Amino acid sequence: MAKTVEEINEKIKSGKALVLNAEEIIGYVAENGIKNTVKKVDIVTTATFGPMCSSGAFINFGHSDPPIKMQKVWLNDVPAYAGIAAVDAYIGATELSELEDMQYGGAYVIQDLVDSKPIKLRATSYGTDCYPRREIETYITIENVNQAYLFNPRNVYQNYAAATNSSSKSIYTYMGKLLPNIGNVTYSSAGQLSPLLNDPYLRTVGVGTRIFLCGTQGYVSWQGTQNNPDRERHPNGTPLSPASTLALIGDLKKMSSRYLRAATFFGYGITLYVGVGIPIPVIDEEMIEYLKVSDNELFTEIYDYSVQRRNKPSYGRISYGQLKSGFITIKNKKVPTGSLSSYGRALEIANTLKEWIQKGSFLLSNPVSPLPFEEKINVLNILGRDEL
Amino acid sequence: MISRRLVLAFPEKIVTRPITYRLIKDFDLQFNILRAEITADIEGKMLIEISGTKKQIEEGLKYLENEGVSIQDASKDIIVDTEKCISCGVCPSLCITQALEINPVTHRLLFDKNKCILCGLCANSCPVNAIKLKI
Repeated sequence: MAKTVEEINEKIKSGKALVLNAEEIIGYVAENGIKNTVKKVDIVTTATFGPMCSSGAFINFGHSDPPIKMQKVWLNDVPAYAGIAAVDAYIGATELSELEDMQYGGAYVIQDLVDSKPIKLRATSYGTDCYPRREIETYITIENVNQAYLFNPRNVYQNYAAATNSSSKSIYTYMGKLLPNIGNVTYSSAGQLSPLLNDPYLRTVGVGTRIFLCGTQGYVSWQGTQNNPDRERHPNGTPLSPASTLALIGDLKKMSSRYLRAATFFGYGITLYVGVGIPIPVIDEEMIEYLKVSDNELFTEIYDYSVQRRNKPSYGRISYGQLKSGFITIKNKKVPTGSLSSYGRALEIANTLKEWIQKGSFLLSNPVSPLPFEEKINVLNILGRDEL
Repeated sequence: MISRRLVLAFPEKIVTRPITYRLIKDFDLQFNILRAEITADIEGKMLIEISGTKKQIEEGLKYLENEGVSIQDASKDIIVDTEKCISCGVCPSLCITQALEINPVTHRLLFDKNKCILCGLCANSCPVNAIKLKI
């Protein structure tokens, strides 16, 4: 029995759709079987709340009088990219403050905007006949700028590597602090709740898919950068290493800092925790096969981050069930594990999205276009022009 | 006679030296080790209470610093700001005494003060700055 997204939306509108989160569906399928679950359950909500460096926001400040063609822009002394039209800029999450270094940066500017805090805007220019002003210093809030939208080139990684450190010193990485002599292991995935691990072949997620983004409705705008779906997979369909990614877009003015949070990884830099929820329509039995997969059947690889190379040695494959138990064994040593992404906050997002759908305020969408599935990522080789 | 609670950090090169013995013998300080750990950084950490006259304590601490021991006041606390905390789970993997853990049912961070030795490994590792070492 197959269902269409249109049929599911009709059920949402009439208040008859059955929505479960991606944790609840596991037990439901075990109890009711696949055939009954397809008949009864219409939507499964998935979510993640993790650090996603490839994030940022476009802002249009409006024109001053006399006007300025902003060439260099700083927001709270954090440089923003202004090499586009006169009063447009892009503030990237990982950009550091010129005054406070790693204490403050782009992600903090974005969070302060969402929290309606005043932001100091400074810009310089060379002046033109149509834009005579050469510098400006003023204050903005999210309310008094024109458009402000989050546009994240790469979010919602479908699986991610786990990290450890075999060296004799602590190292500070984007996977957090890694203690010496394999002193800990960190990982970053919501596992069984993670959006793209519940739809491993992206059958229902594509360009234009409506999603929960940082507390409001957002959209999938494109495949994410470093999209790499051509990976080794478990028989249940899930990739065993980082695979697909999504580019996301949404209105910053409607977001909440409960689901958009600036963060600093000590000794590494600044990033943005992004809350994403994606509804998976239960269109057929095949979807249930993917949705019923639990943490014990989802795997990732543990890499040694003390090796400062693109390819790092592996300490083997491990399930999210084991990672989430708090300890794993590497070389006969009991090693504590830590998650960078918050499962608790992800579950809250999945449940919020579930409520929106149950109330009828969020309808599902068919992708406008599927995402590419043949893509492979390239590496950057250092070449002379004649070696290309 | 006064007492102070301190966290002493012994770097690897002096971990094997009889420093506490000298504190008692040379400075006549009363010395109570409340907790001690060798952390994953191969650093010795000790939560102590020392008692003596103000002068004895000052001289004893000066001796410790000259030996390369870093001293931190432990009279205060580790504070977890539950509003800021996002319960990600980074800090439990760094906590050597398992004073920090994520509750498997509620998925929220739990902090057991009784297990904490105030080493501070968690504090600068919290991505959202929710853990503060109050000195």
